[in-house]
Amino acid sequence: MTKVKTQSLHKREDELANANRQLEILSNGIFQSGELPTFAKKIKETNQFPLRPKKLEILQINVGYMCNQVCEHCHVDAGPDRKEIMTVETMKQCLDVIKNTGAHTLDLTGGAPEMNPNFRWFVEEASKAGIKDFIVRSNLTIIRANKKYYDLPDFFKKHNVHVVSSMPHWTRGKTDKQRGEGVFDQSIKALQELNARGYGMPNSELKLDLVYNPNGAYLPGDQAAMEKDFKKALKEDFDIQFHNLFAITNLPIARFLDYLIASENYEDYMYQLVEAYNPSAVANVMCTNTISISWDGWLYDCDFNQMLGLKVASKVQHIKDYNEAILNDRNILISQHCYGCTAGAGSSCQGTVAE
Amino acid sequence: MANNNYYDPSDLRKFGKITEWSEELGTKFFDYYGKVFEEGALTAREKALIALAVAHTEQCPYCIDAYTKDTLQRGVTKEQMMEAIHVGAAIKSGATLVHGTMMMNKVNKLEM
Ligand code: SF4
Ligand code: SF4
Repeated sequence: MTKVKTQSLHKREDELANANRQLEILSNGIFQSGELPTFAKKIKETNQFPLRPKKLEILQINVGYMCNQVCEHCHVDAGPDRKEIMTVETMKQCLDVIKNTGAHTLDLTGGAPEMNPNFRWFVEEASKAGIKDFIVRSNLTIIRANKKYYDLPDFFKKHNVHVVSSMPHWTRGKTDKQRGEGVFDQSIKALQELNARGYGMPNSELKLDLVYNPNGAYLPGDQAAMEKDFKKALKEDFDIQFHNLFAITNLPIARFLDYLIASENYEDYMYQLVEAYNPSAVANVMCTNTISISWDGWLYDCDFNQMLGLKVASKVQHIKDYNEAILNDRNILISQHCYGCTAGAGSSCQGTVAE
Repeated sequence: MANNNYYDPSDLRKFGKITEWSEELGTKFFDYYGKVFEEGALTAREKALIALAVAHTEQCPYCIDAYTKDTLQRGVTKEQMMEAIHVGAAIKSGATLVHGTMMMNKVNKLEM
């Protein structure tokens, strides 16, 4: 157990705010000594090295690291004290890309994406491009955080946005421990409001999915079983409904890495990840069909690599030079955090990946 | 022998190695073990909670370590985990006390 922190690693000027320091930790110790195999070595066993993209399906845009919450496990190191916010200029560059992309899914994330002052304008413009699946990752509490956000459920509905939200447990205790005091009650209220607009109801076109990630140094249980438990508990206790539950493994970076080290769970957690390595999950890890764009327009293999400062290994590295064909012809940058995507049934922003 | 303790947490990771010194029996054991914990008439979560309770009555540190993690992974709350252990403890103490009837029988037989 560690004390709940209220500031980001960046604000605290913690050494783990430095991406290179994180990469160093992930390469040293048990991986340097050979006690555990590196991710590269592991995927070589099944001839999957170097990791290469398949067809691009998802554009994930991180519109800023500011967030109303400071969750302990946050891989973004987001919080109210983070000032990195996508400008209108970069958003315009993104819109040009969105209009011409072959991807069928647009995925807006953060921080709390809604806190970007141009969020609504961006959603309106982006939805005109007619992308099939338009996701906004909403942390739920933002909807209740301030009057100016109260109409978000209506706004989402108007633009047929697919809402994907985090909910670490169906009980108050476990939720508040991971995400902060009062988060559970506010999340429940937000979910009820979304339900009232038709979100998450059986057969509704308005998609509402939940994301579960463990609140501690252990892996998520079986996605289907967890979904059953969440559905039963939320329906019985709060009359709440939703569509799918995605079980996501916490990757050992940023605040979760800080937590693992401080609680002396790091080595044991890496053992768990390596032991749960599933070679058949490798082919479908998120980076094989996603491009991640940061608030300042740089391009990454995934949101995790973005936080580790690992820009795509391509001639094209910035949204202003975007070219899908060139980008798709690249090797994906990997390190030991990638084990988080291949543990058990695998894990991506869309949950389990192995068939 | 690298360590000076009877129990070492890292030994749990070596459990699978018991097969190396007796392949047939080890493999049979792990096949059986895996099968037992599959979802059946009981859910995998119910089985994990039973295992957690038994781990405590057996007082096996490795099993306590493993099934605490396993039940957490399955979304079991700490209240549920503690109740499961109490079930184990109640059976343990009940099993001790019910033998008191043997003692009583014997006393009744021996005393005039
Ligand atoms: S996990 Fe999500 S809600 Fe929590 S601090 Fe990070 S970005 Fe915000
Ligand atoms: S962490 Fe990123 S680069 Fe590594 S496997 Fe996962 S999605 Fe791919």
